[in-house]
Amino acid sequence: MKKLINAVDDVVTDALAGVAAAHPSLSVDIENKVITRAAGPRAGKVGLVSGGGSGHEPLHGGFVGYGMLDAACPGEVFTSPVPDQMLEATKAVNGGAGVLHIVKNYTGDILNFQMAAELASDEDIEVVSVVVNDDVAVQDSLYTAGRRGVGATVFVEKIAGALAEEGADLATVAAVAAEVNDRSRSFGIALTSCTVPAAGKPTFDLGESEIELGIGIHGEPGRTRATMSTAAELTAVAMDAIGSDLALDGDLLVMVNGMGGTPLMELYIVYKEVAGYVAARGGRIARNLVGNYITSLEMQGFSVTVCALTPELTRLWDAPVDTPGLRWGR
Amino acid sequence: MDINVFRAWITSAGEVIQANRDHLTQLDAAIGDADHGINLARGFTAVLAALDAKPAPTPGAVLTLTGSTLISKVGGASGPLYGMAFRRAGQSLGAAEEVDLPALGQALEAALAGVQQLGAAREGDKTMVDALAPATRAFAKAVAEGASQGDALAAAAAAAAEGAAATVSMQARKGRASYLGPRSVGHEDPGAASTTLILAALRDAAARAPAQP
Repeated sequence: MKKLINAVDDVVTDALAGVAAAHPSLSVDIENKVITRAAGPRAGKVGLVSGGGSGHEPLHGGFVGYGMLDAACPGEVFTSPVPDQMLEATKAVNGGAGVLHIVKNYTGDILNFQMAAELASDEDIEVVSVVVNDDVAVQDSLYTAGRRGVGATVFVEKIAGALAEEGADLATVAAVAAEVNDRSRSFGIALTSCTVPAAGKPTFDLGESEIELGIGIHGEPGRTRATMSTAAELTAVAMDAIGSDLALDGDLLVMVNGMGGTPLMELYIVYKEVAGYVAARGGRIARNLVGNYITSLEMQGFSVTVCALTPELTRLWDAPVDTPGLRWGR
Repeated sequence: MDINVFRAWITSAGEVIQANRDHLTQLDAAIGDADHGINLARGFTAVLAALDAKPAPTPGAVLTLTGSTLISKVGGASGPLYGMAFRRAGQSLGAAEEVDLPALGQALEAALAGVQQLGAAREGDKTMVDALAPATRAFAKAVAEGASQGDALAAAAAAAAEGAAATVSMQARKGRASYLGPRSVGHEDPGAASTTLILAALRDAAARAPAQP
């Protein structure tokens, strides 16, 4: 294992210290592992808290700032944070208008956020949770833990964050978050595995010509193993899966996301393929993101997330945002 | 069984988890996200520190503190699930200074109920329930048949091991392994494996304790 770390046990706290040093707009509580806006809560504004395992940067800490999240709680690598962290974050961002928890659908995240919401209600803070579950690779059935929350998390945090910034109430902000999730689908493909620092070796082995289809964001194997092929063919696999569950006509917000170890050049090749795929089906990519936004350590691969926009969602997407990971209009 | 047995149990559980850290993590790498052993080892390290630092004067208090610490320190799914199991077991024991076999049986029942309430898993879903449920039944049966403490705990540990082994052929329906669908078949569930280790640690800690008067 070759990684730019000092000690395996210090990976998360060292990275947080770096975030604190790099971004004066953020306040980083390294001991409790909570990132908040340095300016503190704004009275009357709904607070947005998200969190999850580390190793997905810039998600979530890189999305704390004006127009997006109020706080993020990073757990250990690929491990959900604990309720104490979430409670600290919830208290820190409560401006009296309640707090929205944005939770990716993984058993650990759900259980810990559930406990945190209970602890917050003991302290008379109103909390509503929205669960993100956009990954079409997982069948949502009685026989699984349900679809994973992946790329749509970025869209939910941006759009709900914009509405909260405008002063909407908790129920309205929660409703738009749920709407974005409902209108979004994702699919991911891995070309390599990744190495959890504490484990010291790759989570799975892939041969030179093997890939994993339908991966999440934790270096876990996907639904099936396949043979490497062209960007056009792999993009079609992802888009076929998304298109089987979401109409691709109309105005779309599309993210071509790198898993952490993919050159931007290759992501643009994938984006070109996505654009052609969508155009051939009568859709229009009204807005896009190409880059590394929700990653899986140093994994090579990509995911595509598509959201069927409405004029209101487009307006909120375009609203000013000022975070380390997304910044425009301000 | 007095508080010394329970402290010895938790200490020994921490040791076996530490010793099996990489094995549990490897099981998780096959069908999950390669952190089960790492997280539990981290959690039990925190538990042992908490037991040294905070008062826990009864068997019930030892288990409750163990559970609370796991919830506070571990994260993931295993933190809340094991945390709930130990907390419910601890609450079930109440403030008693001595724990007899029926009380321990009730504590196991309470732990199982807590895990199932939180995680909504049933037997056959390929989770820790597949070890904990048969162990709880085997213990109750042994106690009802008048088995000795050692034999009842050995029956529980054996049933857990059998249950964990049976998860190999199951397709996961809960937790991260369920994302794999049929690909989850052929691997032992890491949660069932760690539950087996923890129940074996109880058997061994009780066997090592001086005979009760």
